[in-house]
Amino acid sequence: MALAKRIIPCLDVDAGRVVKGVRFVDIRDAGDPVEIARRYDREGADELTFLDITASSGNRETMVHVVEQVAGEVFIPLTVGGGIRKLEDIRRMLNAGADKVGINTAAVFDPEFVKQAANRFGSQCIVVAIDAKQISAENQQPAWEIFTHGGRKATGIDAIQWAVKMVEFGAGEILLTSMDRDGTKSGFDLQLTRAISDAVNVPVIASGGVGNLQHLADGVKIGKADAVLAASIFHFGEYSILEAKQFMAEQNIEMRLE
Amino acid sequence: MSSVAVIDYGMGNLHSIAKALQHIPANPDVTVSDDPKRIMQADRIVLPGVGAIGDCMAALKTTRLDEVVREAAQHKPLLGICIGLQIMLDESEESGTTQCLGIFPGRVSKFPENNVDDNGDKLKIPHMGWNTVTQQHHPLWDNIPDNSRFYFVHSYHARPEQSEHCVGTSCYPYEFSCALAKDNIFAVQFHPEKSQRYGLQLLENFIHWDGQS
Repeated sequence: MALAKRIIPCLDVDAGRVVKGVRFVDIRDAGDPVEIARRYDREGADELTFLDITASSGNRETMVHVVEQVAGEVFIPLTVGGGIRKLEDIRRMLNAGADKVGINTAAVFDPEFVKQAANRFGSQCIVVAIDAKQISAENQQPAWEIFTHGGRKATGIDAIQWAVKMVEFGAGEILLTSMDRDGTKSGFDLQLTRAISDAVNVPVIASGGVGNLQHLADGVKIGKADAVLAASIFHFGEYSILEAKQFMAEQNIEMRLE
Repeated sequence: MSSVAVIDYGMGNLHSIAKALQHIPANPDVTVSDDPKRIMQADRIVLPGVGAIGDCMAALKTTRLDEVVREAAQHKPLLGICIGLQIMLDESEESGTTQCLGIFPGRVSKFPENNVDDNGDKLKIPHMGWNTVTQQHHPLWDNIPDNSRFYFVHSYHARPEQSEHCVGTSCYPYEFSCALAKDNIFAVQFHPEKSQRYGLQLLENFIHWDGQS
Protein backbone atom coordinates (compact mmCIF):
# COMPACT_ATOMS: atom_id res chain seq x y z
CA MET A 1 0.00 0.00 0.00
CA ALA A 2 1.26 3.40 -0.85
CA LEU A 3 0.37 6.92 -1.76
CA ALA A 4 -2.22 6.94 -4.55
CA LYS A 5 -1.84 8.81 -7.82
CA ARG A 6 -4.56 11.43 -8.13
CA ILE A 7 -7.20 12.17 -10.75
CA ILE A 8 -8.27 15.81 -10.81
CA PRO A 9 -11.18 17.00 -12.96
CA CYS A 10 -10.84 20.65 -13.94
CA LEU A 11 -13.79 23.01 -14.35
CA ASP A 12 -13.65 26.32 -16.20
CA VAL A 13 -15.83 28.89 -14.50
CA ASP A 14 -16.97 32.15 -16.09
CA ALA A 15 -18.90 34.57 -13.90
CA GLY A 16 -19.93 31.77 -11.55
CA ARG A 17 -21.03 29.32 -14.25
CA VAL A 18 -19.23 26.25 -15.53
CA VAL A 19 -18.51 26.69 -19.21
CA LYS A 20 -17.13 24.48 -21.98
CA GLY A 21 -20.33 22.49 -21.57
CA VAL A 22 -20.51 19.76 -19.06
CA ARG A 23 -22.87 17.23 -20.59
CA PHE A 24 -24.22 14.79 -18.07
CA VAL A 25 -27.63 13.44 -18.91
CA ASP A 26 -28.63 13.23 -15.28
CA ILE A 27 -27.56 16.67 -14.18
CA ARG A 28 -30.26 19.29 -13.91
CA ASP A 29 -28.11 22.34 -14.38
CA ALA A 30 -24.91 21.68 -16.33
CA GLY A 31 -23.63 25.14 -15.48
CA ASP A 32 -23.90 24.81 -11.73
CA PRO A 33 -20.42 24.37 -10.23
CA VAL A 34 -21.80 22.97 -6.98
CA GLU A 35 -23.85 20.27 -8.67
CA ILE A 36 -20.94 19.24 -10.89
CA ALA A 37 -18.51 19.26 -7.95
CA ARG A 38 -20.86 16.99 -5.99
CA ARG A 39 -21.10 14.63 -8.93
CA TYR A 40 -17.31 14.35 -9.33
CA ASP A 41 -16.90 13.90 -5.60
CA ARG A 42 -19.35 10.97 -5.63
CA GLU A 43 -17.52 9.41 -8.58
CA GLY A 44 -14.28 9.45 -6.60
CA ALA A 45 -12.41 12.55 -7.79
CA ASP A 46 -9.32 12.94 -5.61
CA GLU A 47 -9.34 16.73 -5.85
CA LEU A 48 -11.12 19.41 -7.84
CA THR A 49 -9.61 22.32 -9.72
CA PHE A 50 -11.58 25.41 -10.67
CA LEU A 51 -10.15 27.72 -13.27
CA ASP A 52 -11.69 31.18 -13.16
CA ILE A 53 -11.76 32.44 -16.72
CA THR A 54 -13.93 35.45 -15.91
CA ALA A 55 -12.73 38.24 -18.14
CA SER A 56 -13.78 41.25 -16.12
CA SER A 57 -12.20 41.69 -12.71
CA GLY A 58 -15.49 43.14 -11.46
CA ASN A 59 -16.94 39.64 -11.52
CA ARG A 60 -14.17 38.08 -9.45
CA GLU A 61 -16.24 38.12 -6.30
CA THR A 62 -18.52 35.57 -7.94
CA MET A 63 -15.72 32.99 -7.81
CA VAL A 64 -15.39 33.49 -4.07
CA HIS A 65 -19.05 32.55 -3.65
CA VAL A 66 -18.62 29.50 -5.88
CA VAL A 67 -15.72 28.30 -3.74
CA GLU A 68 -17.70 28.96 -0.54
CA GLN A 69 -20.63 26.91 -1.77
CA VAL A 70 -18.55 24.02 -3.06
CA ALA A 71 -16.40 23.92 0.08
CA GLY A 72 -19.54 23.65 2.19
CA GLU A 73 -20.60 20.46 0.45
CA VAL A 74 -17.60 18.70 -0.99
CA PHE A 75 -14.89 17.55 1.39
CA ILE A 76 -11.92 16.90 -0.87
CA PRO A 77 -9.12 19.36 -1.71
CA LEU A 78 -10.09 22.32 -3.88
CA THR A 79 -7.67 24.31 -6.02
CA VAL A 80 -8.61 27.64 -7.56
CA GLY A 81 -6.65 29.22 -10.38
CA GLY A 82 -7.12 32.18 -12.67
CA GLY A 83 -6.67 35.80 -11.74
CA ILE A 84 -4.58 35.17 -8.61
CA ARG A 85 -2.30 38.22 -8.61
CA LYS A 86 -2.09 39.52 -5.06
CA LEU A 87 -1.69 38.08 -1.57
CA GLU A 88 -5.17 39.41 -0.89
CA ASP A 89 -6.57 37.24 -3.74
CA ILE A 90 -5.03 34.17 -2.11
CA ARG A 91 -6.31 35.07 1.34
CA ARG A 92 -9.85 35.50 0.02
CA MET A 93 -9.83 32.16 -1.79
CA LEU A 94 -8.40 30.28 1.21
CA ASN A 95 -10.93 31.92 3.51
CA ALA A 96 -13.69 30.92 1.12
CA GLY A 97 -12.60 27.28 1.54
CA ALA A 98 -10.02 26.69 -1.20
CA ASP A 99 -7.05 24.58 -0.11
CA LYS A 100 -4.66 25.63 -2.83
CA VAL A 101 -4.37 28.41 -5.37
CA GLY A 102 -2.85 28.19 -8.83
CA ILE A 103 -0.54 31.03 -9.81
CA ASN A 104 0.46 31.39 -13.44
CA THR A 105 0.90 34.74 -15.16
CA ALA A 106 1.53 36.64 -11.92
CA ALA A 107 4.48 34.35 -11.16
CA VAL A 108 6.08 35.17 -14.50
CA PHE A 109 5.68 38.92 -14.05
CA ASP A 110 6.85 38.83 -10.46
CA PRO A 111 8.53 35.62 -9.28
CA GLU A 112 8.92 37.16 -5.81
CA PHE A 113 5.13 36.94 -5.52
CA VAL A 114 5.44 33.15 -5.26
CA LYS A 115 8.02 33.54 -2.48
CA GLN A 116 5.81 35.96 -0.57
CA ALA A 117 2.77 33.74 -1.04
CA ALA A 118 4.60 30.62 0.18
CA ASN A 119 6.01 32.48 3.18
CA ARG A 120 2.65 33.88 4.12
CA PHE A 121 0.37 30.90 3.49
CA GLY A 122 2.72 27.91 3.31
CA SER A 123 4.03 26.03 0.29
CA GLN A 124 1.31 23.41 0.66
CA CYS A 125 -1.25 25.79 -0.83
CA ILE A 126 0.84 27.30 -3.62
CA VAL A 127 0.52 25.57 -6.98
CA VAL A 128 2.51 27.17 -9.78
CA ALA A 129 0.83 26.59 -13.13
CA ILE A 130 3.18 26.33 -16.08
CA ASP A 131 1.99 26.51 -19.70
CA ALA A 132 4.76 25.16 -21.92
CA LYS A 133 5.34 24.79 -25.64
CA GLN A 134 8.06 22.80 -27.35
CA ILE A 135 10.51 25.10 -29.13
CA SER A 136 13.06 22.52 -30.28
CA ALA A 137 12.91 20.82 -33.65
CA GLU A 138 12.39 17.05 -34.04
CA ASN A 139 16.10 16.17 -34.15
CA GLN A 140 17.26 18.63 -31.49
CA GLN A 141 17.69 18.24 -27.74
CA PRO A 142 14.11 18.78 -26.52
CA ALA A 143 13.37 22.20 -25.03
CA TRP A 144 10.19 23.93 -23.92
CA GLU A 145 9.37 27.56 -23.33
CA ILE A 146 6.73 28.94 -20.99
CA PHE A 147 3.85 31.02 -22.25
CA THR A 148 1.37 33.26 -20.46
CA HIS A 149 -2.11 34.56 -21.22
CA GLY A 150 -3.51 31.15 -22.04
CA GLY A 151 -0.59 30.27 -24.30
CA ARG A 152 -0.64 33.41 -26.40
CA LYS A 153 2.41 35.24 -25.08
CA ALA A 154 5.90 33.80 -25.29
CA THR A 155 8.26 34.64 -22.44
CA GLY A 156 11.63 33.32 -23.59
CA ILE A 157 11.88 31.37 -20.30
CA ASP A 158 12.95 27.72 -20.33
CA ALA A 159 10.22 25.55 -18.78
CA ILE A 160 12.49 23.20 -16.84
CA GLN A 161 14.61 25.99 -15.36
CA TRP A 162 11.43 27.84 -14.50
CA ALA A 163 9.94 24.84 -12.68
CA VAL A 164 13.12 24.42 -10.63
CA LYS A 165 13.14 28.12 -9.78
CA MET A 166 9.49 28.14 -8.75
CA VAL A 167 10.07 25.21 -6.38
CA GLU A 168 13.05 27.07 -4.89
CA PHE A 169 10.73 30.05 -4.43
CA GLY A 170 8.25 27.92 -2.51
CA ALA A 171 5.84 26.26 -4.94
CA GLY A 172 4.43 23.14 -3.27
CA GLU A 173 3.20 21.61 -6.51
CA ILE A 174 3.53 22.18 -10.26
CA LEU A 175 0.53 22.11 -12.60
CA LEU A 176 2.08 21.49 -15.99
CA THR A 177 0.09 22.07 -19.17
CA SER A 178 1.39 21.32 -22.63
CA MET A 179 0.06 24.04 -24.92
CA ASP A 180 0.93 21.83 -27.89
CA ARG A 181 -1.37 19.11 -26.64
CA ASP A 182 -4.12 21.09 -24.92
CA GLY A 183 -7.41 20.39 -26.68
CA THR A 184 -5.90 17.87 -29.11
CA LYS A 185 -6.97 14.66 -27.31
CA SER A 186 -3.68 13.12 -28.44
CA GLY A 187 -2.32 12.54 -24.92
CA PHE A 188 0.01 14.39 -22.56
CA ASP A 189 3.41 15.58 -23.73
CA LEU A 190 5.11 12.73 -21.88
CA GLN A 191 8.63 13.88 -22.59
CA LEU A 192 7.89 17.29 -21.09
CA THR A 193 6.08 15.78 -18.10
CA ARG A 194 8.95 13.41 -17.42
CA ALA A 195 11.55 16.16 -17.75
CA ILE A 196 9.80 18.41 -15.25
CA SER A 197 8.96 15.60 -12.83
CA ASP A 198 12.60 14.48 -12.81
CA ALA A 199 13.82 18.06 -12.33
CA VAL A 200 11.77 18.93 -9.24
CA ASN A 201 11.11 17.26 -5.91
CA VAL A 202 7.49 18.42 -5.48
CA PRO A 203 4.44 16.70 -6.99
CA VAL A 204 3.71 17.39 -10.67
CA ILE A 205 0.20 17.41 -12.13
CA ALA A 206 0.13 16.58 -15.85
CA SER A 207 -2.42 18.46 -17.97
CA GLY A 208 -3.32 19.04 -21.58
CA GLY A 209 -4.26 16.55 -24.26
CA VAL A 210 -6.13 13.72 -22.55
CA GLY A 211 -8.37 11.89 -25.01
CA ASN A 212 -8.66 8.44 -23.46
CA LEU A 213 -7.88 6.49 -20.32
CA GLN A 214 -4.58 5.12 -21.57
CA HIS A 215 -3.38 8.72 -21.79
CA LEU A 216 -4.02 9.13 -18.07
CA ALA A 217 -2.11 5.94 -17.25
CA ASP A 218 0.76 6.96 -19.52
CA GLY A 219 1.01 10.31 -17.75
CA VAL A 220 1.80 8.47 -14.54
CA LYS A 221 3.77 5.51 -15.85
CA ILE A 222 5.83 7.20 -18.55
CA GLY A 223 5.53 10.89 -17.64
CA LYS A 224 6.06 10.12 -13.92
CA ALA A 225 3.30 12.55 -13.00
CA ASP A 226 1.97 12.41 -9.44
CA ALA A 227 -1.49 13.48 -10.53
CA VAL A 228 -3.38 13.82 -13.80
CA LEU A 229 -5.80 16.58 -14.67
CA ALA A 230 -8.44 16.40 -17.36
CA ALA A 231 -11.57 18.25 -18.36
CA SER A 232 -13.45 17.22 -21.44
CA ILE A 233 -13.21 13.41 -21.18
CA PHE A 234 -15.03 13.64 -17.86
CA HIS A 235 -17.35 16.53 -18.65
CA PHE A 236 -18.81 14.93 -21.72
CA GLY A 237 -19.50 11.71 -19.87
CA GLU A 238 -17.17 9.71 -22.11
CA TYR A 239 -15.65 8.17 -19.00
CA SER A 240 -16.52 8.43 -15.35
CA ILE A 241 -13.81 9.16 -12.80
CA LEU A 242 -14.38 5.70 -11.33
CA GLU A 243 -13.85 4.03 -14.72
CA ALA A 244 -10.63 5.99 -15.12
CA LYS A 245 -9.43 4.93 -11.69
CA GLN A 246 -10.27 1.28 -12.27
CA PHE A 247 -8.50 1.37 -15.62
CA MET A 248 -5.37 2.82 -14.03
CA ALA A 249 -5.50 0.40 -11.08
CA GLU A 250 -5.60 -2.51 -13.57
CA GLN A 251 -2.27 -1.22 -14.87
CA ASN A 252 -0.83 -1.51 -11.37
CA ILE A 253 -1.08 2.17 -10.59
CA GLU A 254 -1.89 2.84 -6.94
CA MET A 255 -5.35 4.46 -6.84
CA ARG A 256 -7.96 5.37 -4.23
CA LEU A 257 -10.87 3.10 -5.09
CA GLU A 258 -12.97 2.67 -1.95
CA MET B 1 -26.24 19.66 21.46
CA SER B 2 -22.52 19.08 21.55
CA SER B 3 -20.31 22.11 21.08
CA VAL B 4 -16.86 22.25 19.53
CA ALA B 5 -14.37 25.11 19.34
CA VAL B 6 -11.77 25.40 16.60
CA ILE B 7 -8.78 27.32 17.96
CA ASP B 8 -8.02 30.30 15.74
CA TYR B 9 -4.44 31.37 16.36
CA GLY B 10 -4.07 32.99 12.97
CA MET B 11 -2.53 30.01 11.20
CA GLY B 12 -4.19 28.28 8.37
CA ASN B 13 -7.47 27.53 6.79
CA LEU B 14 -9.93 27.12 9.62
CA HIS B 15 -12.93 27.42 7.37
CA SER B 16 -12.51 23.96 5.92
CA ILE B 17 -12.52 22.30 9.31
CA ALA B 18 -15.44 24.44 10.53
CA LYS B 19 -17.45 23.65 7.41
CA ALA B 20 -16.78 19.93 7.71
CA LEU B 21 -17.85 19.94 11.37
CA GLN B 22 -21.03 21.79 10.44
CA HIS B 23 -21.76 19.22 7.75
CA ILE B 24 -21.66 16.05 9.85
CA PRO B 25 -24.90 14.43 11.07
CA ALA B 26 -24.14 15.15 14.75
CA ASN B 27 -24.68 18.81 13.85
CA PRO B 28 -22.50 20.27 16.62
CA ASP B 29 -22.46 23.92 17.60
CA VAL B 30 -19.19 25.05 15.95
CA THR B 31 -17.21 28.08 17.13
CA VAL B 32 -14.03 29.36 15.52
CA SER B 33 -12.39 31.53 18.16
CA ASP B 34 -9.22 33.04 19.56
CA ASP B 35 -10.91 33.87 22.88
CA PRO B 36 -9.71 31.51 25.64
CA LYS B 37 -12.97 31.82 27.55
CA ARG B 38 -15.15 30.90 24.60
CA ILE B 39 -12.84 28.06 23.63
CA MET B 40 -12.92 26.58 27.13
CA GLN B 41 -16.72 26.78 27.21
CA ALA B 42 -16.95 24.26 24.36
CA ASP B 43 -17.31 20.55 25.13
CA ARG B 44 -14.47 19.67 22.81
CA ILE B 45 -11.64 21.41 21.04
CA VAL B 46 -9.91 21.18 17.66
CA LEU B 47 -6.33 22.39 17.18
CA PRO B 48 -5.68 22.84 13.44
CA GLY B 49 -2.58 24.26 11.76
CA VAL B 50 -0.84 24.58 8.43
CA GLY B 51 2.37 26.19 7.25
CA ALA B 52 5.64 26.31 9.15
CA ILE B 53 5.62 24.88 12.67
CA GLY B 54 7.89 27.67 13.95
CA ASP B 55 5.30 30.26 12.92
CA CYS B 56 2.49 28.14 14.41
CA MET B 57 4.26 27.75 17.75
CA ALA B 58 5.13 31.46 17.85
CA ALA B 59 1.51 32.38 17.09
CA LEU B 60 0.21 30.05 19.80
CA LYS B 61 2.54 31.63 22.34
CA THR B 62 1.87 35.22 21.28
CA THR B 63 -1.87 34.69 21.64
CA ARG B 64 -1.27 32.70 24.86
CA LEU B 65 -3.49 30.04 23.35
CA ASP B 66 -0.77 27.49 24.12
CA GLU B 67 -2.02 27.65 27.72
CA VAL B 68 -5.55 26.92 26.52
CA VAL B 69 -4.34 23.88 24.60
CA ARG B 70 -2.42 22.63 27.66
CA GLU B 71 -5.45 23.11 29.85
CA ALA B 72 -7.80 21.43 27.37
CA ALA B 73 -5.34 18.56 27.11
CA GLN B 74 -5.93 17.85 30.80
CA HIS B 75 -9.59 16.96 30.53
CA LYS B 76 -11.44 17.82 27.26
CA PRO B 77 -11.68 15.78 24.08
CA LEU B 78 -8.97 17.43 21.97
CA LEU B 79 -8.31 16.79 18.27
CA GLY B 80 -5.07 17.92 16.64
CA ILE B 81 -4.88 18.12 12.85
CA CYS B 82 -1.72 18.29 10.68
CA ILE B 83 0.60 20.83 12.38
CA GLY B 84 -1.88 20.55 15.25
CA LEU B 85 -0.52 17.02 15.72
CA GLN B 86 3.14 17.89 15.21
CA ILE B 87 2.95 20.73 17.71
CA MET B 88 1.94 18.22 20.42
CA LEU B 89 5.36 16.53 20.31
CA ASP B 90 8.40 17.79 22.31
CA GLU B 91 10.17 19.41 19.39
CA SER B 92 10.45 19.60 15.62
CA GLU B 93 13.53 19.79 13.45
CA GLU B 94 11.67 22.28 11.21
CA SER B 95 12.76 25.95 11.34
CA GLY B 96 16.05 25.04 13.09
CA THR B 97 14.70 23.31 16.16
CA THR B 98 11.25 24.34 17.32
CA GLN B 99 10.26 23.60 20.91
CA CYS B 100 6.67 22.38 20.96
CA LEU B 101 4.02 21.56 23.54
CA GLY B 102 5.40 18.24 24.76
CA ILE B 103 2.03 16.55 25.17
CA PHE B 104 3.44 13.43 23.49
CA PRO B 105 7.12 12.60 24.14
CA GLY B 106 8.98 12.49 20.84
CA ARG B 107 10.22 14.52 17.90
CA VAL B 108 9.10 15.65 14.46
CA SER B 109 11.45 14.85 11.56
CA LYS B 110 11.55 15.62 7.86
CA PHE B 111 11.03 12.94 5.23
CA PRO B 112 14.45 12.34 3.66
CA GLU B 113 14.93 13.54 0.09
CA ASN B 114 15.67 11.02 -2.63
CA ASN B 115 13.58 8.17 -1.29
CA VAL B 116 12.12 5.92 -3.95
CA ASP B 117 9.07 3.66 -4.08
CA ASP B 118 8.92 -0.03 -5.04
CA ASN B 119 9.07 0.87 -8.73
CA GLY B 120 12.18 2.97 -8.21
CA ASP B 121 10.26 6.21 -8.72
CA LYS B 122 11.28 9.28 -6.75
CA LEU B 123 9.03 10.04 -3.77
CA LYS B 124 8.09 13.70 -3.84
CA ILE B 125 8.11 16.01 -0.85
CA PRO B 126 5.62 17.11 0.40
CA HIS B 127 3.91 13.76 0.87
CA MET B 128 0.72 14.91 -0.84
CA GLY B 129 -2.41 12.95 -1.63
CA TRP B 130 -4.42 9.96 -0.45
CA ASN B 131 -2.59 7.31 1.53
CA THR B 132 -3.77 4.31 3.53
CA VAL B 133 -3.93 4.42 7.32
CA THR B 134 -3.47 1.22 9.31
CA GLN B 135 -5.40 1.52 12.54
CA GLN B 136 -4.72 0.52 16.13
CA HIS B 137 -7.82 0.11 18.21
CA HIS B 138 -9.43 3.43 19.16
CA PRO B 139 -13.07 4.65 19.23
CA LEU B 140 -12.29 7.40 16.73
CA TRP B 141 -11.84 4.73 14.04
CA ASP B 142 -15.39 3.40 14.53
CA ASN B 143 -17.16 2.71 11.23
CA ILE B 144 -13.98 3.40 9.25
CA PRO B 145 -12.54 0.30 7.54
CA ASP B 146 -8.91 -0.45 8.39
CA ASN B 147 -6.50 0.81 5.70
CA SER B 148 -8.93 3.44 4.40
CA ARG B 149 -7.30 6.31 2.57
CA PHE B 150 -7.00 9.83 3.96
CA TYR B 151 -5.68 13.05 2.42
CA PHE B 152 -2.19 14.09 3.51
CA VAL B 153 -0.03 17.09 2.78
CA HIS B 154 3.14 17.41 4.85
CA SER B 155 6.93 17.25 4.70
CA TYR B 156 7.55 16.38 8.36
CA HIS B 157 6.20 13.54 10.46
CA ALA B 158 5.95 12.65 14.14
CA ARG B 159 8.22 10.12 15.83
CA PRO B 160 6.58 9.43 19.20
CA GLU B 161 8.85 7.82 21.81
CA GLN B 162 6.13 5.63 23.30
CA SER B 163 4.72 3.13 20.86
CA GLU B 164 1.44 2.96 22.79
CA HIS B 165 0.73 6.55 21.70
CA CYS B 166 0.66 5.53 18.04
CA VAL B 167 -2.85 4.56 16.92
CA GLY B 168 -2.41 4.85 13.17
CA THR B 169 0.40 4.41 10.67
CA SER B 170 0.98 5.13 7.02
CA CYS B 171 3.89 4.42 4.67
CA TYR B 172 6.09 6.79 2.63
CA PRO B 173 8.03 4.63 1.88
CA TYR B 174 8.75 3.61 5.49
CA GLU B 175 6.07 3.31 8.13
CA PHE B 176 5.40 6.48 10.13
CA SER B 177 2.94 7.45 12.86
CA CYS B 178 0.04 9.45 11.44
CA ALA B 179 -2.38 9.20 14.39
CA LEU B 180 -1.48 9.65 18.04
CA ALA B 181 -3.68 9.24 21.08
CA LYS B 182 -3.63 9.21 24.85
CA ASP B 183 -6.48 9.69 27.30
CA ASN B 184 -8.71 12.51 25.97
CA ILE B 185 -6.36 13.52 23.14
CA PHE B 186 -6.37 12.34 19.52
CA ALA B 187 -4.25 13.82 16.77
CA VAL B 188 -3.91 13.09 13.06
CA GLN B 189 -1.36 14.10 10.46
CA PHE B 190 -3.85 13.84 7.61
CA HIS B 191 -6.78 16.20 6.98
CA PRO B 192 -10.10 14.60 7.99
CA GLU B 193 -11.90 17.70 6.73
CA LYS B 194 -10.54 16.95 3.23
CA SER B 195 -10.78 13.15 3.37
CA GLN B 196 -14.32 12.75 2.12
CA ARG B 197 -16.62 10.28 3.89
CA TYR B 198 -14.10 8.58 6.15
CA GLY B 199 -12.73 11.95 7.19
CA LEU B 200 -16.23 13.14 8.04
CA GLN B 201 -16.83 9.87 9.91
CA LEU B 202 -13.75 10.52 12.03
CA LEU B 203 -15.04 14.01 12.86
CA GLU B 204 -18.45 12.52 13.67
CA ASN B 205 -16.75 10.01 15.97
CA PHE B 206 -14.86 12.85 17.67
CA ILE B 207 -18.10 14.72 18.36
CA HIS B 208 -19.55 11.61 20.01
CA TRP B 209 -16.36 10.70 21.85
CA ASP B 210 -16.34 10.88 25.64
CA GLY B 211 -12.57 11.20 25.76
CA GLN B 212 -11.97 7.63 26.93
CA SER B 213 -9.76 5.35 24.91
